[in-house]
Amino acid sequence: MPHPENVVLCRESQVSTLQSLFGERHHFSFPSIFIYGHTASGKTYVTQTLLRSLELPHVFVNCVECFTLRLLLEQILNKLNHLASSEGECSAHITCETFNDFVRLFKQKITEAENLKDQTVYIVLDKAEYLRDMEANLLPGFLRLQELTDRNVTVIFLSEIVWEKFRPNTGCFEPFVLYFPDYSIGNLQKILSHDHPPEYSADFYAAYINILLGVFYTVCRDLKELRHLAVLNFPKYCEPVVKGEAGERDTRKLWRNIEPHLKKAMQTVYLREISSSQWEKLQKDDTDPGQLKGLSAYTHVELPYYSKFILIAAYLASYNPARTDKRFFLKHHGKIKKTSFLKKHEKTSNHLLGPKPFPLDRLLAILYSIVDSRVAPTANIFSQITSLVTLQLLTLVGHDDQLDGPKYKCTVSLDFIRAIARTVNFDIIKYLYDFL
Amino acid sequence: MATSSVSKGCFVFKPDFKKRKISVPIEDYFNKGKNASEDSKLRFETYQLIWQQMKSETERLQEELNKNLFDSLIEFLQTSHSGLRKNSKDWSCQIKLREIPTAALVLGVNVTDHDLTLRSLTEALQNNVTPYVVSLQAKDCPDMKHFLQKLFSQLMDCKVDVQSKEKESDRVTQKNVHYSMDSLSAWYMSITQKADPKVQRRKRTSWQCQSPPVVLVLKDVESFATKVLQDFITISSQHLHEFPLILIFGIATSPVVIHRLLPHAVSSLLCIELFQSLSCKEHLTAVLDKLLLTAEFPFKLSGKVLQTLTNIFLYHDFSIQNFIKGLQLSLLEHFYSQPLSVLCCNLPEAKRRIRFLSANQCENIRRLPSFRRYVEKQSSEKQVALLTSDRSLKEETQSLLENLHVYHTKYFLVLRCLHHFTSSLPKYPLGRQVRELYCACLEKSVWGSEEYASVLQLLRLLAKDELMAMLQNCLKVFQSSSAKELGNTAKKIEELLAQFQSLDAETKEEEETSQSQSKELQKTDLYHLQKSLLEMKELRSTSKRRTRFEVLREQVVSFIDSLAREYLLPPDTQPLHETLYFSSAHTLRQHLNAAPRVALHTALNNPYYYLKNEALRSEEGLIPHVAPDVCIAYKLHLECSRLINLADWSEAFATVVTAAEKTDANSVTSEERNEIIHLQCSVY
Repeated sequence: MPHPENVVLCRESQVSTLQSLFGERHHFSFPSIFIYGHTASGKTYVTQTLLRSLELPHVFVNCVECFTLRLLLEQILNKLNHLASSEGECSAHITCETFNDFVRLFKQKITEAENLKDQTVYIVLDKAEYLRDMEANLLPGFLRLQELTDRNVTVIFLSEIVWEKFRPNTGCFEPFVLYFPDYSIGNLQKILSHDHPPEYSADFYAAYINILLGVFYTVCRDLKELRHLAVLNFPKYCEPVVKGEAGERDTRKLWRNIEPHLKKAMQTVYLREISSSQWEKLQKDDTDPGQLKGLSAYTHVELPYYSKFILIAAYLASYNPARTDKRFFLKHHGKIKKTSFLKKHEKTSNHLLGPKPFPLDRLLAILYSIVDSRVAPTANIFSQITSLVTLQLLTLVGHDDQLDGPKYKCTVSLDFIRAIARTVNFDIIKYLYDFL
Repeated sequence: MATSSVSKGCFVFKPDFKKRKISVPIEDYFNKGKNASEDSKLRFETYQLIWQQMKSETERLQEELNKNLFDSLIEFLQTSHSGLRKNSKDWSCQIKLREIPTAALVLGVNVTDHDLTLRSLTEALQNNVTPYVVSLQAKDCPDMKHFLQKLFSQLMDCKVDVQSKEKESDRVTQKNVHYSMDSLSAWYMSITQKADPKVQRRKRTSWQCQSPPVVLVLKDVESFATKVLQDFITISSQHLHEFPLILIFGIATSPVVIHRLLPHAVSSLLCIELFQSLSCKEHLTAVLDKLLLTAEFPFKLSGKVLQTLTNIFLYHDFSIQNFIKGLQLSLLEHFYSQPLSVLCCNLPEAKRRIRFLSANQCENIRRLPSFRRYVEKQSSEKQVALLTSDRSLKEETQSLLENLHVYHTKYFLVLRCLHHFTSSLPKYPLGRQVRELYCACLEKSVWGSEEYASVLQLLRLLAKDELMAMLQNCLKVFQSSSAKELGNTAKKIEELLAQFQSLDAETKEEEETSQSQSKELQKTDLYHLQKSLLEMKELRSTSKRRTRFEVLREQVVSFIDSLAREYLLPPDTQPLHETLYFSSAHTLRQHLNAAPRVALHTALNNPYYYLKNEALRSEEGLIPHVAPDVCIAYKLHLECSRLINLADWSEAFATVVTAAEKTDANSVTSEERNEIIHLQCSVY
């Protein structure tokens, strides 16, 4: 088993802190340790490799998977059970409903198991922020598990959120808080260069990573994402070398070759809009990426004719004050200047405040006045409103049960509605109070 | 059903089981109509036959249309987990392993149609990729627990059928198991290991691998709770190496919605590929093309009906299923309401049926307006023969029907031909789609319309290569059909094309001459140039010399015009068209595009319409006292203009109700009645 320092890069100080916290095998450690840091800052990896390489008895649980209390507790106990019975004898599934049971069963297990007796057992709870949504006694209970069970146990919480956001109102045992800072660019360079492919020399790959970081570091510092990008674009980088056009040391030539591709990849950081295989295909064909657009290029939604008008009417109802309807939709409204009926709170743009709820009747009234032909209030119109709600273009405000006079909000953006309005030759800007 | 209760309320009646068992066979409903006697059974059978044909045709069409999409999807699914299967030590594969392959399937806003598409997709996947295909709906999964529960139970169901007996014993124990991803992957392990040798032996070797992926179809991604979706993706990406999952998102709006639902942290766990299904408008065109714009099916829709159906489609729902349902309804309505619809079948069969027509049916034929118009045009002896002798009538009907069928075959050919000319004109005066042109032609004689005139105008402005392309397209249309009657037309087009080609040589010469002219012009000085230009201008304005091309173009236009005038006669000019055309758009609209408010108004205003009680039949403006109280109150309220005085209203109400009862009612009951009335009025 390699020494943890060699496997874990750039986290030396954290590793040594943890190691000193853990102490000797039989020592009692700190009852609970809270580790937090940004995404992909090595929390899980460090903890896991440390516990593994030191061969400490530990249980690793991801809280996302355990969406109920029972699942969480049972998973811990079962893994513990597995740990205790080292010789593959599979014992029965343990059921455990409450935290009280858990403490009892936990005690029992530890005392039963020979190999766990004189050493600290670690329970690692990854994504600990999910614990906050579960039963209120859970988090305080885990924090002082050592005290409750009176056994040598340490609970390690891993989270992306600071401890202050966890602390329950009723107060609790304060854990040891350990912060994992973000990797610096040097660290990233070191880590990314570490997993170089076997076919190429480490220097060659390091040069590639250097270029990559130069392009992407400003927009993305997530190690995982950078790693993904590195893998994705590496074949393209190697291309001249494979073809024999350039040597491995010909950095300038390689840079010129890869730069446009990295710029293209920049647009899709994080989004995974096109699959890796598609991306590879794209690079092989050397086509313009405009042909293979990402998901965000497809914003157009094809809607039935009246649905478009219903959506437009809903947008108008959401963003115009109800008092102004008369001005927009009556033929002889008289002259009302914007300044004359501005109320103080309406001086801010409605588009900044977001959509407001409106009753169904207002929607229909606006609909009838903006459609050129006569619209009969048929069942189809009503079902279209409902289907717009299921498409999440409108949302129902209030409870579903309210059958009488339901209220809606329009959730589409201005750009979207303008695109829709253009297809039916309706100048929506003229009808919006904000743009008067 | 009656209750002994005095008060108003909801009462539960348990169904009477003995009664329910007597079900009426469907064809008997056909007998109950007003035209009961005439061949109702035969009509019903014909209806069923034609509907079966149409249905299988649409199914075939849909399969064809979906084929491309499905093929590419299946290819994606098959390759997506290959990295996992190979267990390769490939450098890039090791890093990429965490991504869940995801197909974003954009299906369009007609959510009702998705079911059918997804069902056939599931079938295709089960045959080709994996037996484990599960589809979930948003409403089934309000939280993670239900999500996994559904997933679990559906996976159990699609387990390979061999071990069905073991399964039952399994099921009992499963109840106690808590649903978690762990148990899912454990189940998957057990199933793949157990089924291994069997799978390979059985016929479905196309799964090829030991570990078929699990495909999860999320039907309407938009309505899924974001948290559930996010959590599920995070969890399953953790378990991906032991539980090879593939997601298919059914998207109704646009793919951007994925980014609205999922944050970067989650979306970076996916590997999304986009698949777009056929747009529903194209789908409609294909369906119309196969079902209506063909002489294959004898049943036809009149212009108004077609307009109604397409309007519902385009204005309201974009749903092909609904459109086909509407078509079925009109088919059914046609056979139900038109006794002569027995003749709506293929020609030989129709001819046979004419021979066996009853005297009553013959009378029906004579009563047809189109037939009467036809008879009036005949000579007097023939008129007498047709109106008195059934035999000559039948003979005549046979020939007329044959004419009608021939008319149809020619009609659609010419229609398509004309469409080739109109579809590429600027601003589309006669519509871009065939269906618009068809509607226009069905309504009235198309050459009378303004749009048609403007089409001819525009055609006269076309360039040569455009015209030639159009002619070539038309030629293809005519050549593809086997109709001999239009052979001449095809020949004519060929001639025209040949003339155009011969024109090429001449134009070259002309160009040369004009070039030489311009060369001369260049040499002269400014004054001379202006002068000669002026001269040329005058020359042009005075004598509009028509080139040979212009003459030819005129010929083409008049040729098209003559074709349209000869063959695109509106169907209601044809005798006996009533047998094949369904024209009652009103009925259709009533059924398909119901207006709840109008229906309510009708019910209140004219209760006879729904209740069919003779006592309720009333003349305009009269309020029958026997009508339900609500109706009376409503009518009285209509009589007042805007505001209504409650006292007056109830007084009027009392007068109406008690008016007829004066003779027999004693004072006590009328007193009671007033009480109730007052109460009811106060409710309104």
